[in-house]
Amino acid sequence: MVSTERLADVFVEVADTLVDEFDLIDFLHNLADHAVSVSGAASAGLMLADQDDTLHFMAASSESARHLELFQLQHAEGPCLDCFRSHEPVSTTDLAQETRRWPDFAPGAVEVGVRAVHAFPMRLRDRVIGALNVFGEEPLPLGPTDVKIVQAMADVATIAILQERAIASAELLTEQLQGALNSRIVIEQAKGVVSRDHDVSVRVAFEALRTHARNNQIRLVDLAHDVVTGTVTLPRS
Amino acid sequence: MSAPVARDGVADLLQELCRTLTSDLAVSGAAMNLMSAAGGTNGVVAASDDRSRDVDELQFSTGEGPCHEAFTARRPVLTPDLRALADGRWPGYSTAALDAGVGAVFAFPLHVGAAILGILDVYSDHPGSLSQEQVAAALTCAQEATAILLDGNLVSSGGRLDRGLSTVLDHRAEIYQAQGMVVADLGVDPADALTRMRAHAFGNEKPLIDLAREIISGFVLPVDD
Repeated sequence: MVSTERLADVFVEVADTLVDEFDLIDFLHNLADHAVSVSGAASAGLMLADQDDTLHFMAASSESARHLELFQLQHAEGPCLDCFRSHEPVSTTDLAQETRRWPDFAPGAVEVGVRAVHAFPMRLRDRVIGALNVFGEEPLPLGPTDVKIVQAMADVATIAILQERAIASAELLTEQLQGALNSRIVIEQAKGVVSRDHDVSVRVAFEALRTHARNNQIRLVDLAHDVVTGTVTLPRS
Repeated sequence: MSAPVARDGVADLLQELCRTLTSDLAVSGAAMNLMSAAGGTNGVVAASDDRSRDVDELQFSTGEGPCHEAFTARRPVLTPDLRALADGRWPGYSTAALDAGVGAVFAFPLHVGAAILGILDVYSDHPGSLSQEQVAAALTCAQEATAILLDGNLVSSGGRLDRGLSTVLDHRAEIYQAQGMVVADLGVDPADALTRMRAHAFGNEKPLIDLAREIISGFVLPVDD
């Protein structure tokens, strides 16, 4: 069950995003972290859809969640994809029993110690722009209140991405979504640059980028862009 | 202003894309321009027709307009009603474009992350939004144009662009990470890095994703590939 204090943290942070200079990718990573603490899950991840309704990985609370998200994309199956297609939450508390439903994903997830998964649609009125997943190493049954809260977080993420509480125009939605998808690419490119420059893994490179952006109060995506275009060299810590 | 120079065949392919898109979307026209942050030559490289080319040039003669904004913001800039620009954006450009009979303009970046090559502009004489399907078609067209521009850097002079390279951009994260690594390894810009990766993968008959994974595992692309 969720503590009031943690919930308050989430909403304070969300309120922070409703300003001009907000850092979307960093926010989504924080949201994944919050989804973990709120639901008691082991990890969480977020995916967004492009104009062709193809899902793309956006953020995860851990490397293992990132792999679980990418695994679903690679095999074109899994709870996140089903949730996105059906516009409804998808969940299971025992993946070992889901081999028929997800012949690749279920055994793959069980193999890395994942037992439960809950996927929540990121909805804006009649449109779904992506999904938020939480993964559990235990059965992780979520009560009705937990479900409501995690769904609220998915909704809040949607609002943050679209940057407009009552987004009126389809144009704005396209602009923001495409901007978000491209930001993710810029960050992957920057991870590659830093990984080589610092001789570290891409995971460590990402943490270095994130820490530097925070310490210097610059947006992660802006830092990433400057690193890739060579205007900034990330100092070795 | 002198037009940017595209290698043989590239401009033709881009013009073909502009024409196809214009007819598929039933819009008034489309144009593509090349832009660079480093102060290279910016300007129109292809258009569906002369009028769209002239209209697109307005953004370079006035130095403002949706293509500049899309370039800086790294996302589409969609203006379904040019006349209704309430915030007075691009006063010089919008006046000139309205005079030329433009009702709506939709700008889509030709980019892959931090690598941005130019902008696709779609024009309509009448104000009105693009449908979700039209937007999807324009974005797909922009991706094809991006791939053509990336691969076009490989074309030897005199030869027509070999379309043997896939025009489909692969969107897996490893490819972008490897692209960043090539930027660091060879000291090239991100567009050049992706061009080199695509050429190496094609030349060695292996999927780009496989090459990307090799680069992540430590493989360094040869400088003169």
